[in-house]
Amino acid sequence: MLRVEGISKDWREFHLRDVTFDVNRGEHFIILGPSGAGKTVLLEIIAGIIEPDSGRVYLNGSDVTDLPPEKRGLAYVPQNYALFPNMSVYDNIAFGLKVRKVPKGEIERKVRRVSEVLGIEHLLHRKPRTLSGGEQQRVALARALVVEPPLILLDEPFANLDVQTRSKLLAEMKRWRRELGFTALHVTHSFEEAVSLGDRVGVMLDGSLVQVGPVREVFSRPANEKVARFLGFENIIEGRAKGRKLIVGGLEIELPVEVSGRVRVGIRPEDIVISLKPVHSSVRNEFKAIVKSIEELGPLVRVHLSAGEISLSAFITRSSMLELGIEKGKEVYVGFKASALHVF
Amino acid sequence: MRRDYTLYFFAALGSFMIVYILLPLGMIYAKQAGDFGAFLKTIHDPVVLSAVKRSLLTATATALIALLFGVPLGYVLARKDFPGKSFVQAIVDVPIVIPHSVVGIMLLVTYSTYILDNYLGIISAMLFVSASFTINSAKDGFLAVDEKLEAVARTLGASHLRTFFSVSLPIAFPSIASGAIMTWARAISEVGAVLIVAYYPMTAQVLILEYFNNYGLRASRPIAVLMVTISLGIFVLLRWLVGRASNAPR
Repeated sequence: MLRVEGISKDWREFHLRDVTFDVNRGEHFIILGPSGAGKTVLLEIIAGIIEPDSGRVYLNGSDVTDLPPEKRGLAYVPQNYALFPNMSVYDNIAFGLKVRKVPKGEIERKVRRVSEVLGIEHLLHRKPRTLSGGEQQRVALARALVVEPPLILLDEPFANLDVQTRSKLLAEMKRWRRELGFTALHVTHSFEEAVSLGDRVGVMLDGSLVQVGPVREVFSRPANEKVARFLGFENIIEGRAKGRKLIVGGLEIELPVEVSGRVRVGIRPEDIVISLKPVHSSVRNEFKAIVKSIEELGPLVRVHLSAGEISLSAFITRSSMLELGIEKGKEVYVGFKASALHVF
Repeated sequence: MRRDYTLYFFAALGSFMIVYILLPLGMIYAKQAGDFGAFLKTIHDPVVLSAVKRSLLTATATALIALLFGVPLGYVLARKDFPGKSFVQAIVDVPIVIPHSVVGIMLLVTYSTYILDNYLGIISAMLFVSASFTINSAKDGFLAVDEKLEAVARTLGASHLRTFFSVSLPIAFPSIASGAIMTWARAISEVGAVLIVAYYPMTAQVLILEYFNNYGLRASRPIAVLMVTISLGIFVLLRWLVGRASNAPR
């Protein structure tokens, strides 16, 4: 539905280089990259606010590169939310509908409906500057969603929020998407946002999109060392959760919290213990695994393992590698505490 | 507790300026209070009244014209980079450095009889010396409007013009309004250029000068008091209104 083809742009200190990707209908596509990678510039090019030096933007098959923003109909939520300070929350949300000359009664109905889903009905008469960060974020989202755009562009939507509000809104974002069914292109530097919300992710480094793919694939198979280093190399396991159990293929993983449905969990390589015999102790999750490859990194060794459908990488010291006699193809036991798992 | 003497010292130095401005203002009222009869006679003098009315009218017209042409210019200066922009910016500030008698002569040389001794002449003299205030504060006002706000309005379907009127202009309004007030104040206090371009129809500023030249200080003082009262009164009132509008709880 959105196709970005070979976009390049030099803008202030940002340099986009030949960025190409597409976003499918109904998808939550994440562009993940460190600050200064040019993510905002890319969003503004797609929105029509900045002109690219070269490259084209297609929306539903037609070339929109030369159209002004108002003719594209992509709703944009900037990082600072950019609520109109001279209007009430209601008028902010209604803005796009008023511009479209929607009848008054229908505006009222639509504004109420979206505010209800986002839980901001009680704020409608307020002025934006009296709102908290989390409330502003919801209003900005409501203002974008109420016009039912084919795609919403989110620029670091959670970056300006405190940790608590952030994790609450992250969870709610999933619900809003189910209820309102929008397509989103979301740029962020946060690993956590990418893993919890993303269907597919594109990793952007120094103005280039270096890897695009489903979230789990990108995290488990970084295209190169630079991507791997940026992602922090976590193990991401995807499965179906039932209470405190995560089912992945034939394996059951004990979770630290109760969840249900499709979830992803992460575990750091340094939290994985490798042993030759099964150990029944405080280590709650334990599986038989095969050593796939070994990477020597000075004093540490990164061991790539596969346990059923799960691939894991673990750090061990060089001396314990020698002591355990770990080599390619060897069968070992891997274990990790449920509490070391991070549920996204 | 340690006292911060630096600030006290600065305040002592700074208060000189306040006294320097307030003293003549107080003096003219104090002196006139001793001759209240003359003041009463002045405010009933039809010549004086029509001159004051003329001053108010022309200054207001000047401020409106400055708004009409200055606000769009301010917007362009705030939003667009173009070759020669700093030159344009310098031109906006040029009237401030030109002696006002020279302004009058320049205008007469350029427009000659079209502006000689008529309302158009008064207004063109006032506009020349006072428009920069509106242009500059419109520019500053628009610069303070986050461009993201305009970007969002555009993505929500508003045209550039619609965005200007429903987002940029309302947000920049307090700044533009105080600029227009400054323009008005500068216009009503202008003598030099008006004197040369349009001695007649006589404005209060010119009338004061004429009375001073022909009859001396005592004769010109009551009109001066009247003029200061009116223009200060309106100035303070407008500033208060704009201040209230921009600080209103939002």
